Amino acid sequence: MATPYQERKVRDPAVNPGDQEYFDAAAEGKLMLKKCGDCGEVHHYPRALCPFCFSDKVSWVQAKGTGEIYTYSVTRRGGPVPYCIAYVTLDEGVKMMTNIVDTDLDTIKIGQRVKVVFKKSENGTSVPMFAPA
Amino acid sequence: MTIKGKAYIVGAYEHPLRKAPNHSVAQLHAEVAKGALEDAGLTKNDIDGYFCAGDAPGANVWSMANYMNLNQLRHVDSTDMGGCSYLVHVAHAAEAIAAGKCNVALITLAGRPNSEGSSGTQVRDRGVNLPDVPYEMPHSPVTVNLYAMCAMRHMYEYGTTSEQLAWVKVAASHHAQHNPSAMLKNVVTVEEVVNSPMISDPLHRLDCCVVSDGGGAVIVARPEIAKSLKRPGVKIIGTGETTKHQMGGKVDLSYTGAAWTGPRAFEQAGVKPGDIKYASIYDSFTITVVLQIEDLGFCKKGEGGKFVSDGNLISGTGKLPFNTDGGGLCNNHPANRGGMTKIIEAVRQLRGESHPKVQVPNCNLALAHGTGGAIGHRHGSATLIMERE
Repeated sequence: MATPYQERKVRDPAVNPGDQEYFDAAAEGKLMLKKCGDCGEVHHYPRALCPFCFSDKVSWVQAKGTGEIYTYSVTRRGGPVPYCIAYVTLDEGVKMMTNIVDTDLDTIKIGQRVKVVFKKSENGTSVPMFAPA
Repeated sequence: MTIKGKAYIVGAYEHPLRKAPNHSVAQLHAEVAKGALEDAGLTKNDIDGYFCAGDAPGANVWSMANYMNLNQLRHVDSTDMGGCSYLVHVAHAAEAIAAGKCNVALITLAGRPNSEGSSGTQVRDRGVNLPDVPYEMPHSPVTVNLYAMCAMRHMYEYGTTSEQLAWVKVAASHHAQHNPSAMLKNVVTVEEVVNSPMISDPLHRLDCCVVSDGGGAVIVARPEIAKSLKRPGVKIIGTGETTKHQMGGKVDLSYTGAAWTGPRAFEQAGVKPGDIKYASIYDSFTITVVLQIEDLGFCKKGEGGKFVSDGNLISGTGKLPFNTDGGGLCNNHPANRGGMTKIIEAVRQLRGESHPKVQVPNCNLALAHGTGGAIGHRHGSATLIMERE
């Protein structure tokens, strides 16, 4: 059995004030995280205040773009094509919700090493997803 | 302040319909309110506290208060915690009664997702201003895959199997065969569950709850009023509520908010998991039950799959009779929110009014636990412990 990856329509990110820089960097192939200048913690999704110490001294840092699959599920019903949703643990330590792409969806495993790739949403925004490293 | 013994559930009513295309949602809310009042032996004018959640038209109290013409309200609360809102409402009603803010609280739930074509594989619009939306919605999280990711992780960490999860559905179906209102009345086997179509790995169609119209209501009253009524007393003795989320990126899907609300409710009630005779456990999916049973302390973390196997949740044979109405998996999940029906079946059990084939003998202590939202990203949890008097 194999479930080849198929491109699908990706919803546009409905950005709020403060989100655009993340997607601007994504358009340049960079995955960004927010890091706190006070407590040093990295967090995701990015916020204006550190979710660990409430400091407003948070700034963008570029992630390496590599990590491993924490969990995943291949959704086979409901959409036009099967797709894989996942949480990936980045090497920086935070987990992010994403999709696993560009691989046979039936071969995906927890613990698998992955690297970031960028797929376009319907309006052309770059969205970070992950493929086997 | 403790609410232990400060309030009683005096009325409970579950709407008999599972598909209601010709009912308005407001009508369903009003019909369940009327049913619960008649069950309690109270009238509309006795209500001085009203509670509803996001399923109510307008998502707060004023439209339904207007429709039902509630004119004595001294306390209102439209806390929305998704499917567990109504367990939270019972706790808040008990607190309001204990604080002298109201005497008789009505809580209603109703909706028509079956008639409206709702499904757990649909990407739902979640509104504007939500901070998580730009980072999640492009990836198409839907109800079923958010729970499926928890199941996948549980299998990885603890060796839980699809067959073990299937036992949750099997037990629910054994109970549902005795409920004439249940949406799915056929008893199913483990094989039938694991051979049903895969929806989102590792959850099969029969790992998922039904989508039903309908609703339910309960009435909470102060002890003096409860004692003046003719119904058996159902005393509220312990509650817990919380929300669990992604923790700034330190996501941990191995446990739910029940790990926090359960111990608080047990401590307040002064009882232990082993004392509970009957448990209503939120069953949006089979994995939901396994996680919550562990988190509530009915077994050790990681051993939930083993615990639910071999009919251990079936009334009459198992150690922990659960969801004897057939639960959300077989009976009813009105408005995609299963918390109200969890309370109602626990009340039936404590009153000795469950179907004789599933009634737990001498059921004097019951727990109801609910989850709202999705444990795969953000969810509410609420625990309620009740005692027959």
